[in-house]
Amino acid sequence: MAARLAVSRWRAAPSAAGRGPLLSCRRWSGAKADTVYDVVVSGGGLVGAAMACALGYDIHFHDKKILLLEAGPKKVWEKLPETYSNRVSSISPGSATLLSSFGAWDHICNMRYRAFRRMQVWDACSEALIMFDKDNLDDMGYIVENDVIMCALTKQLEAVSDRVTVLYRSKAVSYTWPYPFTMADSSPWVHITLGDGSTLQTKLLIGADGHNSGVRQAAGIQNVSWNYDQSAVVATLHLSEATENNVAWQRFLPSGPIALLPLSDTLSSLVWSTSHEHAAELVGMDEEKFVDTINSAFWSDANHTDFIDSASTVLQSVVGFLRPTKVSARQLPPSVARVDARSRVLFPLGLGHAAEYVRPRLALIGDAAHRVHPLAGQGVNMGFGDVSSLVHHLSAAAFNGKDLGSMSHLTGYETDRQRHNTALLAATDLLKRLYSTSAAPLVLLRTWGLQATNAVSPLKEQIMAFASK
Amino acid sequence: MWGGRKLSSFGNRFLGVLRSRCWSTQAEGARLTSSAGECQNQVSWTPQTKPWVFSEYRIMWFKSCRMTFACLNRMKIYRYPWRRLYSTSQTTVDNSEIKTFLALAHRWWDEQGVYAPLHSMNDLRVPFIRDNLLKTVAHHQSGKPLSGMKILDVGCGGGLLSEPLGRLGASVIGIDPVDENIKIAQHHKSFDPVLDKRIEYRACSLEEIVEETAETCDAVVASEVVEHVIDLETFIQCCCQVLKPGGSLFITTINKTQLSYALGIVFSEQIAGIVPKGTHTWEKFVSPEKLESILESNGLSVQTVAGMLYNPLSGYWHWSENTSLNYAAHAVKSTGQEHPVPAEFVFKGETEELRDKDSTNPGVQEELKK
Repeated sequence: MAARLAVSRWRAAPSAAGRGPLLSCRRWSGAKADTVYDVVVSGGGLVGAAMACALGYDIHFHDKKILLLEAGPKKVWEKLPETYSNRVSSISPGSATLLSSFGAWDHICNMRYRAFRRMQVWDACSEALIMFDKDNLDDMGYIVENDVIMCALTKQLEAVSDRVTVLYRSKAVSYTWPYPFTMADSSPWVHITLGDGSTLQTKLLIGADGHNSGVRQAAGIQNVSWNYDQSAVVATLHLSEATENNVAWQRFLPSGPIALLPLSDTLSSLVWSTSHEHAAELVGMDEEKFVDTINSAFWSDANHTDFIDSASTVLQSVVGFLRPTKVSARQLPPSVARVDARSRVLFPLGLGHAAEYVRPRLALIGDAAHRVHPLAGQGVNMGFGDVSSLVHHLSAAAFNGKDLGSMSHLTGYETDRQRHNTALLAATDLLKRLYSTSAAPLVLLRTWGLQATNAVSPLKEQIMAFASK
Repeated sequence: MWGGRKLSSFGNRFLGVLRSRCWSTQAEGARLTSSAGECQNQVSWTPQTKPWVFSEYRIMWFKSCRMTFACLNRMKIYRYPWRRLYSTSQTTVDNSEIKTFLALAHRWWDEQGVYAPLHSMNDLRVPFIRDNLLKTVAHHQSGKPLSGMKILDVGCGGGLLSEPLGRLGASVIGIDPVDENIKIAQHHKSFDPVLDKRIEYRACSLEEIVEETAETCDAVVASEVVEHVIDLETFIQCCCQVLKPGGSLFITTINKTQLSYALGIVFSEQIAGIVPKGTHTWEKFVSPEKLESILESNGLSVQTVAGMLYNPLSGYWHWSENTSLNYAAHAVKSTGQEHPVPAEFVFKGETEELRDKDSTNPGVQEELKK
């Protein structure tokens, strides 16, 4: 703790110096405005709205004032649209628990979602596969459209509007940070200036404004980031025939992973990460060709080589000898017949990680703190995990009468989440790099690795547990 | 070293009284405790006056010795009957202690500064106070668990403990003899409109506020204070007066053991610098047994005594079975029959009457307990 404090003091000094020009033009003196918000969440996306909701429903926040700032307009639905949205998320059981803690999960259940029980992940260059399966027939995860989640969160926010104020179409343009401890006449709160010129004061600012976070940039927090040479193509697909459709499929092609996520008995969502050129091509090509490309991506064994095949057979027989029950046969995903018109969209991918998640009176959550490749379906789950952890720490702090912006509990949140997120980020990046090649030695390595992991159940269970948090 | 300085400051006061032979200087003397500025003058006075009036000083030195080391308020009053007319404001506040705190007044709210251990002690003492107070109510408002409670924070310093209690909904009165501390505390709470309304600060000592706040407080908190007062007995009596029947008294302080000398003074102050030098005097540390006996003899029944341990590496405090260093105590004022308030006897005063009351007072307490 002392070391951490020393480091943070150390960090604060150069950054305070760096922040000098910003501060000097916006130092408040004298006039104390009427409302000081306890928490302001900047960014009303999935993670930001969930944060505001969780705080609004928290028992120790009943007399606190919370504000949510969202740059976009309020999204209202009179009724659920027939067509499925093309942006979906895989919600882990841990995230579902968070959403149900403030009643949003019930709304989602009343709208639509799809639970899946199994996940098959396999290689295009070999026979190796890993099958995640929950023995006790629990759900492994849920595929929910982002719009549905957003609608549920909005409904819950409306229900608690006496504690949580939501400002739509409000974007913060600048932030003023307080000095480390009270100096004569300088306000100890964070001041936020909105686009319309009004200002807000808050004891704690939570930055949930996405991977190009304005809050993070204004605070001068270093961000380790790089762009992948990949873009993701999403689409809503119609299956050839109605099936039980409760399996999530992902195949690692040399160009990138392609995933098929179940939406309903006849619909699935596609997430295909591939090179920028190929992605543009996919979005542009006509429907039939697109469907054929998808089917062959899942079924074709064109990338197999004899060498790898024989090597993997060897290991497979060893595994079969040692643990006869654990040999899983490769299954094929359902074939695709059509794609929804206008549902093909692409977006670029990258990795990002903020060096610090917290500063005095500031915390980053969601994509503002970390950005990950969608291959593991963990992006929004990490964000919801951040929300869980931060709400837990803030709730305890509020019950102890602490100043919400105090570093003592914010560093607790940071340590908690950095440990989890760094591991997941590193693993995802490693997997992405490992599977982006068709060079024989690496293919061999990953084939054997995958087969071995598939055979070791405790290891698979650990992986599933880690990803379900 | 500490003792010497203390003595000379008292010596000077009585010297001044004797030399001027004027009643008005007592008024000065009485006000000394609340004025830190005068206190500073006091200490610089000594070297000049000593050489000329050496013999007088020697006599006064003995008298001031008794004054300083007298634990019992009554004996002091017996010796110096003129004091009777004034409140006992001088009897619990130690001027030399005021100086130490004055020097560090501006550092109160630096969470990583000299007062970091006190900031982190809030993690123990706020839940301790909160949970024990919540036991006395049937149900509480979520979000404001202590709303409706009146708490007196004695020796509040910069308001480190008053603010969390205010945030939990209590109405807090924070008092401290050091003006500067109260100024800092006022300034800090002024930025938060909610706290501004809930907390009130006053620069005074406990004795000065006793009359007006008698029997109005649900809780009195004296955290890290009793090891700085001169007269613990009076202090506890005043705390008891302020409490409603059934009200709670919370004390956190340091035990008087060899370990507390080694770790609390030698290590913390001189070696590691965890606590600023000169903050504590080992002689004034109070053992839990002594504290318990004083509490019980004043009609406060001790509910909990728990040890606290500070880890200087992590900066966090922990509860412990061991009370040989820091400890926290919770006592409740009995709701039984009214028993005569001891402090009143102190003001009235023939010696015989006082002696009678000396003997009957503890007797009265015991009878009530039976």
